[in-house]
Amino acid sequence: MKYLLLLFAVSIAALSFSSFSEKKVVSFQQKSTPMTRGKVIYTQYCLPCHQADGGGVLHLNPPLIKTSYVLGSKVTLVEILTKGLNKGVEIDGDSYTNPMPAQNLTDQQVADVLTFVRNSFGNKASAVSAAEVKAIRAKLK
Amino acid sequence: MNMKYNKLILGFSLLLLGYSCSKAQSNDAHLTLPQGFKATIVANDLGRARHIAVTPEGDMYVKLNRLKDGKGIVYLQDTNHDGIFEKQTSFGDYSGTGIYLKNGYLYASSDNSVYRYKLNAQNQVIHPDQPEKIIEGLINRRQHESKSIVLDNAGYIYVNIGAYSNSCQEKDRQNESMGIPGCPLLDSAGGIWRFNADKLNQTYGDGIRYATGFRNVVGLDWNQQDNSLYVMQHGRDQLTMFPKYYDNEKSAQLPAETMYKVVEGTNGGWPYSYYDQFQHKKILSPEYGGDSEKEYKGKADDPIMAFPAHMAPNGLLFYTGNQFPEKYKNGAFIAFHGSWNRAPLPQEGYYVVFVPFKDGKPTGDWEVFANGFAGVSQVSSSRDAEHRPCGLAQGPDGSLYVSDDSKGTIYKISYQK
Repeated sequence: MKYLLLLFAVSIAALSFSSFSEKKVVSFQQKSTPMTRGKVIYTQYCLPCHQADGGGVLHLNPPLIKTSYVLGSKVTLVEILTKGLNKGVEIDGDSYTNPMPAQNLTDQQVADVLTFVRNSFGNKASAVSAAEVKAIRAKLK
Repeated sequence: MNMKYNKLILGFSLLLLGYSCSKAQSNDAHLTLPQGFKATIVANDLGRARHIAVTPEGDMYVKLNRLKDGKGIVYLQDTNHDGIFEKQTSFGDYSGTGIYLKNGYLYASSDNSVYRYKLNAQNQVIHPDQPEKIIEGLINRRQHESKSIVLDNAGYIYVNIGAYSNSCQEKDRQNESMGIPGCPLLDSAGGIWRFNADKLNQTYGDGIRYATGFRNVVGLDWNQQDNSLYVMQHGRDQLTMFPKYYDNEKSAQLPAETMYKVVEGTNGGWPYSYYDQFQHKKILSPEYGGDSEKEYKGKADDPIMAFPAHMAPNGLLFYTGNQFPEKYKNGAFIAFHGSWNRAPLPQEGYYVVFVPFKDGKPTGDWEVFANGFAGVSQVSSSRDAEHRPCGLAQGPDGSLYVSDDSKGTIYKISYQK
């Protein structure tokens, strides 16, 4: 009986381990593009203020849809993301006033989330690589 | 699905669209209201319509938050008495939120000053291009910059000066940044200031800090029944900046939006505390050492009513009319602009609520009075909402007016026996 129980426990463990590792592989594959990784970062750090549709909140949090900020200079974008921004921004005649806090993200995370934002919500702009982020950050310091 | 069906569906949708357009032209506002009430659209496309004031003649002044054709106040008239404001005149070269009628004057605010205009016997502005500046130099540092105003019966005007910060952190809205000890913002903001309604060119030194510890107040009104000021506070954002104590869902539901009766010296508790509507107590802010459970023991007053978090109460009105059924008399209407920071939960608000009152005290719980402004069943991003309730006013016939600062629509809600 004892042996039977042990065998049972081991097989359960093996089963759950195998299904766990399978899940791991699947989810890793799902998240393995800059766009999918970027979306995860966006959802966690950016969405609360910039909203699910990237449209921001009038007068408070600026929209990320086809603005010169989002489609323009990568240097400015990396700077805003990593250093924060605390001055009023004007877009299409409306001012946006909430300060953007500096985000504590790795070069890869910055690259992924910027690539995601620059290619979501109707935006179409070049991807941002971790190497580019690293180079820009080195100059910003 | 085959082409035939597609065409059928397209045809049907066009029919529906045509039907809804014709309904819109009939001025029915399609709001959800209690039995017997009806809402009509009485003005449209005004711009960013914030607070509103109605004259005894039934005309309306609307304060705009962004200049339209260079003007920041719209004067609406219903000259043919069909219930719709068909005549618009604009004046005032400043944008802002506050507007109020009292003692033969129209008072209006920009984000750093308050002006007044003398009215004639028909309550029309005599010199629209020559306002008298009664208050100037108020703090406007972009956050919570709107200046709401209301007058009492003793010659004073009350002005909200919002805090230019979320929670007085060393680094505003930065994860785990602690609160500045003895928050210095409170010297010139984060409270209600009282000035003389009849004196020109006043600034901080001429008024008094009537109440403090209010992060931002947009909706406020003078309750004639107990001759007191009542305010609605916009609670703080982003408790999730302290992830040790707050996950995203907890942060989406805390803190309460709160209503206070304000007398001289009332303290709303910001930034040191917030009101937790689930624990029914004031909680020490995480910026000042709180852990989401420690009760705040410092000086702060309790709200008289708590509402769900982040719904942004922008308009408050005590109803003194005789048109609505008896239960509404002397009660409070509150226009909730609607939330933006309740993700991952759906956004909330975008409606007008009612709170029954007697002698300055709520006599029951709040209830949604007018809903459907958003035009969608669920708002996940704030832009999903078509209209956002902002200002409230009572017409001479006892109807309730609601402004929308998204599309500039004015709603009139009436009761038909």
